[in-house]
Amino acid sequence: MIEVENLTKTYGGARGINDITFSVDKGEILGFLGPNGAGKTTTMRILTCFMPATSGSARVAGYDVFEDSLSVRREIGYLPETVPLYTDMQVPTYLRFVAGLKEVPFREIKKRVEKIMEQVGLTHMAHKFIGELSKGYRQRVGLAQALVNDPQVLILDEPTIGLDPKQIIEIRSLIRGLGGERTIILSSHILPEISMISQRVIIIDEGKVKAIDTPEKLMQQLHATDKIRARIAGPCDSVKQALEKIDGVKNVELIEDTGGITNGYMLEFSDGFDGSHMVARTAVEGKWDLYELTPVKMTLEDIFIRIVTEEEV
Amino acid sequence: MRNFFFILMKELRSYFNSPVAFVVVTIFSVLTGYYFYNIFATFSTISFQAQTNPNLASQYGALNVTELVIRPFFGIISVVMLIMLPMLTMRSFSEEKKAGTMELLLTFPVRDGEAILGKFAGCMGIFAIMLGLSIPSMILVEVFGDPEWGVIITGYFGLFLMGSAFISLGIFMSSLTENQIIAAVLSFAALLLLYMVGYTASLAGGVMERVLEYASFNFHFRNFAKGVVDTSDMIYYLLITMLFLFLSMRSLESKRWRG
Ligand SMILES: Nc1ncnc2c1ncn2[C@@H]1O[C@H](COP(=O)(O)OP(=O)(O)OP(=O)(O)O)[C@@H](O)[C@H]1O
Ligand SMILES: [Mg+2]
Repeated sequence: MIEVENLTKTYGGARGINDITFSVDKGEILGFLGPNGAGKTTTMRILTCFMPATSGSARVAGYDVFEDSLSVRREIGYLPETVPLYTDMQVPTYLRFVAGLKEVPFREIKKRVEKIMEQVGLTHMAHKFIGELSKGYRQRVGLAQALVNDPQVLILDEPTIGLDPKQIIEIRSLIRGLGGERTIILSSHILPEISMISQRVIIIDEGKVKAIDTPEKLMQQLHATDKIRARIAGPCDSVKQALEKIDGVKNVELIEDTGGITNGYMLEFSDGFDGSHMVARTAVEGKWDLYELTPVKMTLEDIFIRIVTEEEV
Repeated sequence: MRNFFFILMKELRSYFNSPVAFVVVTIFSVLTGYYFYNIFATFSTISFQAQTNPNLASQYGALNVTELVIRPFFGIISVVMLIMLPMLTMRSFSEEKKAGTMELLLTFPVRDGEAILGKFAGCMGIFAIMLGLSIPSMILVEVFGDPEWGVIITGYFGLFLMGSAFISLGIFMSSLTENQIIAAVLSFAALLLLYMVGYTASLAGGVMERVLEYASFNFHFRNFAKGVVDTSDMIYYLLITMLFLFLSMRSLESKRWRG
C-alpha cells in the first residue's frame, strides 16, 4: 500500500532524512519511533505530498506522490503534528468544509460529520469555535478531519499527544479498530503505545532507518536477552556460582545484597532462552529457599535506547 | 468546481467572522462617502450660485453633474481601492502559511487553481459589497441632479475590472510570504507603481510613453469614466488579473517542485 524507496530530503544542505526505505502492506499499522529531529514528520510530509523529496520515490495506494499527487491525496487522511485548524470556524462547519473538499457526496456530508464527531467524542463541542477549544479537543478535531472521508490510508503524526488518559485509551483503540481495512502510519514518542497499536515498528534516528520489525521480533533480532530476577536464601557465593552454571546463562548479578541470607540476583540469558525452571531446580538442588522468580522482559524502550545509542548488547 | 465552491464559502465565512472585512468595508465607505459629500456639496453650492449669477454659469460651462461629481468620485474610489484592497488580500495565503493550515489545505485533494480561484472569488465578493455600498450615493445624485447613467454603469464596470486586477495581484503577493504585513506592503507598492507609471509616461516620450501608458492602471480607466467600454481596456485588466492568478498558481506549485 505504501512503498518508500531510498527517500532522501535535505533542507538546503541540512539533513532531513537520508535514504529511507520501507513498505507497508494493506491493512497494516506501522509505528514510527525516533527521538526529536529523527525525521518522522519529514517522512510523513513527503508521503502526504506536502513537500517533495530531494531524491528517491514513494508510492501510496499505487500512486507516486510526486507524479500523481492529487490521486494520492484523495486516498489519505493526514493529521499533522501541529494540528493546524481554522480557529475562526465552528467544529461542525469546519468538518463539513473538509468533508466537502475530500469529495464526500453532498448528501452524506452532514451525516458523516455527525458520525465522526461522535466517534472522537466531540458532539458536546458542536457549538464552539475551534479557537476556543482546549489542546486535547483540537487534537480530536484534527483526528476527525483526517477520518471524515473514511480514507484507506491514514498518516497520523503523534495522534495521542495532549489527550487525557481516558481519551488516549479511546483513541488508541479507535486507531487499532481502524486497522485491518485501512493502512495506518503513526508516529509517537510513547513506546508502549507504539508496541501496543502497531504491528510493525520502524526505528529511525538522525534521518536513517535503524530497524524495522514487529515489536516481538525486534527484541529477538537484537538478541534481547531475557532477564530473570530471583531472590534466593542461601550463601551468596555458592548461590551465585550455582546459578552461573545453568545452561544459557550469560551473566549473574547480585542486585540486592541484604547482608543477610536472602539476596536478590539478576540472571541474563542469551538468545531469549527462558530458564526460569532451571533456576527453580538449582535452588531445590542446593536446598535453598526460593522467594521470588520474576521474568524481566526487555521493553521496547530499552531496545530503542540501545539502538539509537548503538550500544552492543 | 465543487472545491472552488467550498473554498469560496469558507473564505466568505472567515471574512465575515473576522473584523477585517468589516473594518475594510467600513473605512472604504467612510472615505469615499466623505469625499462624495464634499464634491457633491461643492457642486450644489456652485450650481445654486450659478442660478443667480449667469456669469459664473458660463465660466463653468454647462454645469454637468457627471463631469463634476461622478467622474472625480470614481477617481477617488480607485485610489481608496488601491489602499484598501491589499488589506483584504494580504491574509489570503500568508495567514494560512503562518498558522500552518496550508499544510492541511495542500494535502487535501484540491487543485492549486481551485484554491486560488476560491480565494480570489471570496475577495471579489467582499469588494463587490464595498462597491455596492457606494450605489446609494449615485441614487442621491439622481434625486438632485441628472447624471448620465451610462457613465455610471461603465464606471462601475471599469472599477470592478480594476479591482479584480488589484485583488489578483494582492493574492499573488500573499502567496509569496507568510508575513501579512510584507504581503500588504508588496501589493501596495506594486499597485502604486502601476498607478504612477501613467503620470510619468509623458516624460519618457516615444514608444516608451505608449508602453508606460498602456501599463498603467488609471490610463485604462479613462474610457470607462467617459462611458466608453473599449475592449483593449477590458483586455488589459483581464490580462493583469489572469497573469497574477497564473503566477499565484506557480507560486503554490513551487512548494511541490523538487529542490
Ligand atoms: N522546515 C525545515 N527547515 C529546515 N530543517 C528542517 C525543517 N523541518 C525539519 N527540519 C530538520 O529535519 C530534521 C528532521 O525533522 P523532523 O521534524 O522530521 O523530526 P521528527 O522526527 O518529526 O522530530 P519530533 O519528534 O521532534 O517531531 C531535523 O533535523 C530538523 O531540524
Ligand atoms: Mg515530528
